[in-house]
Amino acid sequence: MRAGGGNDIQWCFSQVKGAVDDDVAEADIISTVEFNHSGELLATGDKGGRVVIFQQEQENKIQSHSRGEYNVYSTFQSHEPEFDYLKSLEIEEKINKIRWLPQKNAAQFLLSTNDKTIKLWKISERDKRPEGYNLKEEDGRYRDPTTVTTLRVPVFRPMDLMVEASPRRIFANAHTYHINSISINSDYETYLSADDLRINLWHLEITDRSFNIVDIKPANMEELTEVITAAEFHPNSCNTFVYSSSKGTIRLCDMRASALCDRHSKLFEEPEDPSNRSFFSEIISSISDVKFSHSGRYMMTRDYLSVKIWDLNMENRPVETYQVHEYLRSKLCSLYENDCIFDKFECCWNGSDSVVMTGSYNNFFRMFDRNTKRDITLEASRENNKPRTVLKPRKVCASGKRKKDEISVDSLDFNKKILHTAWHPKENIIAVATTNNLYIFQDKVN
Amino acid sequence: MSQKQEEENPAEETGEEKQDTQEKEGILPERAEEAKLKAKYPSLGQKPGGSDFLMKRLQKGQKYFDSGDYNMAKAKMKNKQLPSAGPDKSLVTGDHIPTPQDLPQRKSSLVTSKLAGGQVE
Repeated sequence: MRAGGGNDIQWCFSQVKGAVDDDVAEADIISTVEFNHSGELLATGDKGGRVVIFQQEQENKIQSHSRGEYNVYSTFQSHEPEFDYLKSLEIEEKINKIRWLPQKNAAQFLLSTNDKTIKLWKISERDKRPEGYNLKEEDGRYRDPTTVTTLRVPVFRPMDLMVEASPRRIFANAHTYHINSISINSDYETYLSADDLRINLWHLEITDRSFNIVDIKPANMEELTEVITAAEFHPNSCNTFVYSSSKGTIRLCDMRASALCDRHSKLFEEPEDPSNRSFFSEIISSISDVKFSHSGRYMMTRDYLSVKIWDLNMENRPVETYQVHEYLRSKLCSLYENDCIFDKFECCWNGSDSVVMTGSYNNFFRMFDRNTKRDITLEASRENNKPRTVLKPRKVCASGKRKKDEISVDSLDFNKKILHTAWHPKENIIAVATTNNLYIFQDKVN
Repeated sequence: MSQKQEEENPAEETGEEKQDTQEKEGILPERAEEAKLKAKYPSLGQKPGGSDFLMKRLQKGQKYFDSGDYNMAKAKMKNKQLPSAGPDKSLVTGDHIPTPQDLPQRKSSLVTSKLAGGQVE
């Protein structure tokens, strides 16, 4: 598990965003992180309903030993807290997911969602403004019409760059339960939104209608045994999507088969040895995230203790399984008591689908190289914040004698969890979110 | 979110845990953890992933308010100060009758996110 050497990537600290103080305001808790399709923009959403977008600065020829830094590009309030009076339901403003649309013109578009409402935001730049109005002074005051003796045509003059975010569509009132996923179709015209029991299909232009494509709500709620935990469209096949469940299964559905995709086309499930079953088995098998590989050939799932890679052609077991923090298996009792066992970790692929990454506790995050079968544990901490210093690998000591530089399981801080990570689509640049800080790491250039 | 009975007795815990671990060495770590949990909360249900647990998840955000209770409490307290919620402001259901002072602020955050450099560190 060494870093460096051969083709291994050497990760270096690049930047950290956010407040230093330990007293974290609830609103500042980061709830989602997502690069856009080119990797030039990086969006974060937080519990306070705000979105912050960072832009990578153009590569500086002078500073050729690092890639461009990410600086604030735009920030706006995406969602506000609401109250549903009919149902006596408080609706959190927390941004659950952000998904970028591929760029079609000068503006950028993204979808952001809280528990109930999805919004399409347009982020556009303004770097010119009209000057030379006839009826207004430059400062906006109206001129006395009697003083106007000539007519002129206003002209556009350059101004300081202004980035504006405006909500273009609001997709509301389609979900009774809490939205956990949104996914844009490869047709770039439709997208899906999934809550605990249902999945809806939307057209990006149409806000007053959505099609229900999956409904797993039982007639009698007493019979409820599983919920939908995540859903995603296939990156290339516009008719295919998958959804994962709290029981550890993944269903692949084909929208060509029927209007309501309650019957799956494929069911991915790893058989479990019944003699190994315990009180915790179902809880830790619940899938918290599902992501297709860029190629579309594989999908990755994250459950509490592991990351699994599935070949879409093989339903009966994953082709690869990586243990994230197996040492937690002997701590499940206390993790159940402090609710950590219900933490929803996400996972992500690198651009070439050769490495996968996911978070853990103590601000650790893990990467697994699918080709070399090597893995590494790194820490997101301000202690390592000298740019271009290679991060030191971390190791957790499960039991027995703790070696120097190792940390014992009992010393792990379970309040410091890395749930959200993102990998630049083309470069070795990663964004890792701790509770309220965003870390950006890059691989060592030359 | 999970079903838990608050029956812990911190003073006795350490002794019990140590004993359990020694007895159950060799069994799957998960099973040992399960035994620990059952020892602490004997009345824990048999199906952890069952409908009770899921129902709680689906009901997140549900608030309860009874205008009758509220007005009765207001009438009783006419001559006294209305009780405040105390440290746990989020508990405005059940035994505690909410008062306007107690209800958590529902306004959205008007402060810029600290990621965008909203406040000086």
